[in-house]
Amino acid sequence: MSHTAYRTLLSRLFVGACGLAVLVALIPLAFILFFVVSQGFQALNLDFFTHMPKPVGQPGGGMANAIVGTLILSGLAALLAVPVGVMSGVYLSEYPQTRLASAVRFASDTLNGVPSIVIGVFAYGLAVLPFKQFSTLAGGLALGIMMIPIVTKTTEELLVLVPGSMREGALALGATRGRAVFSVIIPAALPGIITGIVLALARIAGETAPLLFTAFNNRFFSTSLTQPISSITVQVYTYAISPYEDWHRQAWAGALVLITIVLVCSMLARLATSRVSRLRTR
Amino acid sequence: MTDVPTHATHLPPRPTVVRADRDGVADATVKVDVQNLSFYYGAKRALEGISLQAQTNRVTAFIGPSGCGKSTFLRTLNRMNDIIPGTRVEGSARIDGQDIYAPNVDVVELRRRVGMVFQKSNPFPKSIFENVAYGLRINRLVTSKAEIAERVEESLRSAALWDEVKDRVHDSALALSGGQQQRLCIARALAVRPDVLLMDEPASALDPIATQRIEELIYRLKSQYTIIIVTHNMQQAARVSDHTAFFWMGKLVEFDRTERIFTAPREKLTEDYVTGRFG
Ligand SMILES: Nc1ncnc2c1ncn2[C@@H]1O[C@H](COP(=O)(O)OP(=O)(O)O)[C@@H](O)[C@H]1O
Ligand SMILES: [Mg+2]
Repeated sequence: MSHTAYRTLLSRLFVGACGLAVLVALIPLAFILFFVVSQGFQALNLDFFTHMPKPVGQPGGGMANAIVGTLILSGLAALLAVPVGVMSGVYLSEYPQTRLASAVRFASDTLNGVPSIVIGVFAYGLAVLPFKQFSTLAGGLALGIMMIPIVTKTTEELLVLVPGSMREGALALGATRGRAVFSVIIPAALPGIITGIVLALARIAGETAPLLFTAFNNRFFSTSLTQPISSITVQVYTYAISPYEDWHRQAWAGALVLITIVLVCSMLARLATSRVSRLRTR
Repeated sequence: MTDVPTHATHLPPRPTVVRADRDGVADATVKVDVQNLSFYYGAKRALEGISLQAQTNRVTAFIGPSGCGKSTFLRTLNRMNDIIPGTRVEGSARIDGQDIYAPNVDVVELRRRVGMVFQKSNPFPKSIFENVAYGLRINRLVTSKAEIAERVEESLRSAALWDEVKDRVHDSALALSGGQQQRLCIARALAVRPDVLLMDEPASALDPIATQRIEELIYRLKSQYTIIIVTHNMQQAARVSDHTAFFWMGKLVEFDRTERIFTAPREKLTEDYVTGRFG
């Protein structure tokens, strides 16, 4: 076999292998989407968004309380994670070489790898046990802790991408270092940071484990921060392991709503990112 | 001043207006006075015993091969190198007689008085208006909306950009062409009313027409500022400057009136460089 023929063969083999790998990666996604959409769509109706769960045995009803609960829990998580994460990210990009920065980076990476159930247990010990009460706050705390390292990492990565010439431009006009960071560098990276926050929100909105023994669940509509609250994920979990046909259908509908939220967030994020990179390449 | 010099592409023909100006060179007041300045990046010495003066309302050009320390020297004059860790300055640099490295110097105020334009234009990802207003806002030089708008317009006019952008000052600065972006950066520097304007190869990334506009601008601005410009383009130095400093490997080889540097340099090295024998 000639050298060229050998190379062509090798090249085809690798392209084929890559294609196969892509297929293997896409098949589960396709199956998940197919089942969730086909099963969830049948069960989805307006009632699902506007009605409360019905007592066992009565068909119909919806997840209005869980949808609101997920929104509130995600909002609380963002309230905790955005300031802490963004400020940590700013610190890491401004003082990348310090000991504290290495420590923060290590802690953040570790926290990112901690299983979500463990974070749930931690929040349980911190915010449930002392008050002997499951609560929205405890759930928000657990989700917020999960979100911090993601926001920190994205913020750091995006700030580092801002060209050093921006900082120099600001300093040369008489800006202090802090001023340059807050008036030029963060705004330059802001679209990307917001994208990162949206993606992080989509990610934590899909968490179940940290909520199981923090926010717990609530059959009733609640917006109280000190009471247990329902969430789409926990509700899907509860319904899915139940023996009732009707609840199974509701679980599928909940899954569809969740996946839709995640997809829409990712798409919005992608759109924003492509616009940012277009700005940056100029 | 509205009349602009016709730019000779070769030497020595020069517009008489420039020549007349030049005869007064020796009488102008010294604005920037550097004595025996050395600069270190860590252990590496990048500048060695530089002494030179830049005069008010004159353009001083720094020329020399790449890596000879032109940018480093320029950046010692607004203490821009302070932000690079491990750097060190020896000797003295005075502006209006005041040692800018004295412990009581307010670096922020120094940088307001000594404006800088960079090699690669670096507009902020904000509107044209906000770019120019930036220095005014952070230094709280003027605070009323009307005054800020007035200064922005005045600065854009000084930078010969107003006519091109007056209908879209609230559009993103990043949509401007390269030459316009660089003039915007000049306008941004002018807005805080510096006395000294440092320019590090301001036209090196621009096409010939944009370059010519920048040169015309420099010529017009010198009646109000002390301008120091780094350029790797010798024709440009010859066209725009009154004094030229030739740097080589971190040393100042020769510093004289531009005419002399290009027609009758004292040093063989300078002659070799300006005649294109190396570099
Ligand atoms: N941030 C830096 N750290 C270390 N060395 C540097 C740095 N910037 C420039 N230098 C070195 O200092 C010397 C002078 O550089 P520079 O002032 O940029 O030259 P020029 O502007 O004349 O091309 C070069 O040898 C360059 O490698
Ligand atoms: Mg340089």
